[in-house]
Amino acid sequence: MSSSRLVPAIILLAVLIAIPAILPPYFLHLVIQILIWSFIYTAWALMGRFGFVSFGHGAFLGVGAYVPALLWNFYGLTPWLGIPSSIMSAVLLAAVVGYPCFRRRVVGHYFALVTLALSQVVLLSLVAARDVTGGSLGFTQKAVGHSWYALQFPEKSYFYAISVLLWLAGLAIWRWIDRGIGREALEAISEDEEAAASIGIDVMRQKLRVTLISAGLTALGGAIYGQYVMYLNPETVAGIAVSLQIVFAAIAGGVYSLLGPSVGALLTLSLTEGLRVWFGTNFIGAANTIYGILLVLCIIFMPQGIVGALQRLSWPGRAPARSTAAEKPQSVTRRPSSAAQ
Amino acid sequence: MDIYLLEAIINGILLGGVLALLALGLNLIFGVIDVVWICYADIVMCGMYAIYFLYVQYGVPLPFACAIAIIGLAGLGVLVHLLIIAPVLRSPPLNQLLATGGLLFFLQSFATLLFGTDFRNIGVRLPVLEVATMYLSFARLIAFAVSLVGAVALYFFLKRTYLGTAIRAIAQDREIVGLMGIDDRRIYLAVSAIGGALAGLAACLLALQYDVHPFIGNTFGPVIFMICVLGGLGNMIGGFIASFVISQIIAIGGYYGSTELSYVFAFTFFIVLMLIRPRGLFAP
Repeated sequence: MSSSRLVPAIILLAVLIAIPAILPPYFLHLVIQILIWSFIYTAWALMGRFGFVSFGHGAFLGVGAYVPALLWNFYGLTPWLGIPSSIMSAVLLAAVVGYPCFRRRVVGHYFALVTLALSQVVLLSLVAARDVTGGSLGFTQKAVGHSWYALQFPEKSYFYAISVLLWLAGLAIWRWIDRGIGREALEAISEDEEAAASIGIDVMRQKLRVTLISAGLTALGGAIYGQYVMYLNPETVAGIAVSLQIVFAAIAGGVYSLLGPSVGALLTLSLTEGLRVWFGTNFIGAANTIYGILLVLCIIFMPQGIVGALQRLSWPGRAPARSTAAEKPQSVTRRPSSAAQ
Repeated sequence: MDIYLLEAIINGILLGGVLALLALGLNLIFGVIDVVWICYADIVMCGMYAIYFLYVQYGVPLPFACAIAIIGLAGLGVLVHLLIIAPVLRSPPLNQLLATGGLLFFLQSFATLLFGTDFRNIGVRLPVLEVATMYLSFARLIAFAVSLVGAVALYFFLKRTYLGTAIRAIAQDREIVGLMGIDDRRIYLAVSAIGGALAGLAACLLALQYDVHPFIGNTFGPVIFMICVLGGLGNMIGGFIASFVISQIIAIGGYYGSTELSYVFAFTFFIVLMLIRPRGLFAP
């Protein structure tokens, strides 16, 4: 690492360490939320940047959040085992749906809509199993106070540390995939699956690998989020609403850059909180109204996201390798030509 | 056969009518403009609010309120096309999906901002028909009949008029239509208006049966996509049949389990079928 990158890194580290000491609890809470969601959005972007737009991450998030909570409440199983099992469940779910999807070349719109259905299945199952999960009323983990065994810390600084580590781990994994040979294979696949297969890329394996990693990490994010807020509601951790929230925040920030999804989380969560505080509870929809307008503008005017647009402005020649990918048409299933008969 | 099961099946057929109407609108737009309006159900929500306010707050007679809603949503359809779809028409499909998704966020939150999260009902109580000890909702019968009439009218419009022929032509071959002297931008506007009007018609029928609230689009929006994809996006007849398949699964699933479970069945059925027949039920 050259000294020009070392200095910002040290400053960042110092700021990260100083935050819990100087910030009032409310802002610390906000920072923790931003970090956890940044991790989740980054996990989504692992797939999203290659054009595999999943609207099903609400499903993985829901599984990730509910599995450890249910195991804890009903069997007293520690989240140290509950969280790995939630990750395994989400990975399994992703494999069960992803494998046939990729095998049958379900791509583009169709992939987005299949995964959308998946997130609805998880949401509605959670609501339907209301005897166990509490349904739409939500689910509260049994609180035991400060405990490493139960992974519950009323003191916010613990979760602050956990969420910082989580976020950094997410960035490291993004980097790892970005640097790996898989990235080029995936870029080739996202441009043209047939051509990629013809030059010897194992399309199936590459797509499945990144999907499983993305799903597992999303579940991990959901589990940590659940441990932190200690209250789960199917509407906020599963289903179409949170799936779209993930997609949009990641895209608004920029899926082609390392920090894009994190910037997306920072902006969307601060905007939501800021507008909520500003308008008070009289205008509950105000934040999301503005958010919706920004999303549409963002997609029309800067499909490569905020970070992508900034990078392009500051280094026109050195924009991220895939900054134009969003503007490039990609192969999508031909629809039947029997339309409008 | 169990009389309650029969009742569930008949109610399923009736529900299928409204779903079919919505699927037709979405399929028309997709078939011609090649864009999925993921916010379609939320446009219906706007229509339901329009009817509620015109009828309940301002005392406009219901038929006029419905007519205004249909015309209003046709206008909204044109607006959506001009403001959101036209700028992304040359972008990759996923960006188009996301742009209309942003509109979904906007419509839901703006409705929350304007009207709050209260459930509102237009308060029209239609009688319940009793046929051979089965109870059938009159509102659903009307909805079914009107949906069928709407579908048939759309069919004749597409088959018999110049504009309809142009619409079908553009759905078949986008490139060549310009050479035939058809202005595709005008066709797109017409199709968006028709799509909006169909959403308006559906809004009238749904307002009779359901309370309107800002998130009502989430309840049946995903179901409509599912239907369109099952039938093959853009394939109207496929979508029409698929709406009855799905509504039967929902109705019969609801009879054996809970409402949520019936939707779980429907979505699972959809996922499984997509994996078996990725191009839709009726793909060649």
